[in-house]
Amino acid sequence: MLALLFILFGGLAIGCALAVVAQRNPLYSAISLIGVFISLACLYVMLAAPFIAAVQVIVYAGAIMVLVVFVIMLLNVEEEEHRRPRLRFLVPAAVVLAGVLIAEVAFILVTVQKSPALPGANTSDVGLTQSVGSALFTQYLLPFEITSILLLMAIVGAMTLARGGGLLPPRRGVNNAASDVASDGANGD
Amino acid sequence: MDSQTAIDIALKFAAITVAFVVVLLVVAYTVLAERRILGFIQGRLGPNRVGPGGLLQPFADLLKFILKEDIVPDKSTRFVYFLAPVVATMAALMTMIVYPFGPEIRIPFTDIVIPLMITHFDIGLLYVLGISSIGVYGIALAGWSSNNKYSLMGGLRASAQMISYELALGLSLIGVILLAGTLDLARIVELQSGWHGLRWFILFHPLGFVVFLIAAIAETNRIPFDLPEAETELVAGFHTEYSAMKFALFFLAEYINMFTVSMLATTLFLGGWNVPFAEDIFGRGTFLFGLVSAIGFLLKVIFFLFLYIWLRGTLPRFRFDQLMNFGWKILLPFALLSIFITATLIFLWPNLF
Repeated sequence: MLALLFILFGGLAIGCALAVVAQRNPLYSAISLIGVFISLACLYVMLAAPFIAAVQVIVYAGAIMVLVVFVIMLLNVEEEEHRRPRLRFLVPAAVVLAGVLIAEVAFILVTVQKSPALPGANTSDVGLTQSVGSALFTQYLLPFEITSILLLMAIVGAMTLARGGGLLPPRRGVNNAASDVASDGANGD
Repeated sequence: MDSQTAIDIALKFAAITVAFVVVLLVVAYTVLAERRILGFIQGRLGPNRVGPGGLLQPFADLLKFILKEDIVPDKSTRFVYFLAPVVATMAALMTMIVYPFGPEIRIPFTDIVIPLMITHFDIGLLYVLGISSIGVYGIALAGWSSNNKYSLMGGLRASAQMISYELALGLSLIGVILLAGTLDLARIVELQSGWHGLRWFILFHPLGFVVFLIAAIAETNRIPFDLPEAETELVAGFHTEYSAMKFALFFLAEYINMFTVSMLATTLFLGGWNVPFAEDIFGRGTFLFGLVSAIGFLLKVIFFLFLYIWLRGTLPRFRFDQLMNFGWKILLPFALLSIFITATLIFLWPNLF
């Protein structure tokens, strides 16, 4: 039963991943990517990691991909034309890199099969909410906080870029301050 | 697959079917109740011709939806256009399986004990949030694929609104998670069964409940937050180009979302299936106790559904910038404040809860 579901969701993930690359319409690619994320979440559930599965769906499928779909919808991106690639040397480079990747995967598969002690799915508590939470707020507290500061800086940077340089609105005379604030409130939406 | 698993799977299918039929019936009659109650609020009668008191109106509506002509716009993106209503309805229906409709009951004259919920999921609450975040795609894709400016505006507005209010919604739930110490919905309800079934989390986390209620109404795109389908500016918003059964699916998804959000509010804040003093009267685990609890749960959900209709009958619509300001500048800080208050109380008096 479990094997059947694994084949189903694994196949779905691979199929959607291929569709992401093969589709010419960017929105179809985005939808396929959502399919990949959801199939991966199903695989995580089967690996007894429900929390990671839920986070996968909430963060990737529910938040990040919504933004991607938003941008595609707003820009109204046309279907990509099938034209000749200008950088011809990229094709052999891609082939070599794909070969390296396949070799890595094959190496990992072989070594993992040889290692004797595989932890059982039920004995591990890696993916449970409690273990993730306690690890994040005790053992890995510093990296966790640093990551949040990094994200905050990214947001501030995005705001700066969107406002065309300078975080604060341009300084003007005192008389204009009140109307400045008012117009700011209207523009801020 | 041995026989035990087969029986389990068959039982699950039966439970899902029963829950599906019950939810669809409740939804159908919510639509009727909405039309009648709105009628009474506005000083008229509402639909009362089909069947006694209009009770067969939902079936007449369904028949009408099936028989109507199905128009597909010429320049629409065909595949996405068909996909969108399916995604919306599926995301609305899928959250149903984790809610506890009642306690564990023993079937009379046998020793079989069954819980009145479809599946017991450790991270039920996260599952609900995850699936409801998928629901945005139904609306966004519907707006985009229709190839219509009003639809696109409606879809964009709906997605922006749902993303914004999802944040306040999720934050308002953190207080409950702090109080319960678990994400398991069945366990959360169990924890509220003290004090003769009145130890509801709304008593400890009232600000969170208010924030949750407002954010939930915005999440379901209902008045006063129904900007995505504001008739006066956007014709009908994201479903302008949808007709017949595909429109009915969006309609269905909206009302199922109302129903599931009401169930979430009941489960997390109003004690779920806990009916005051029911345990003292009937005793735990009896069939009658289960029945009373399930009816109590349904009544609490119906109260929320009535609240939705009542609000629709009384409140005007927001403007879109007001809506965004309200969500980000008022609701979000209050949600954070509610977390702060609850966390402080738990830290200072851990035994109080």
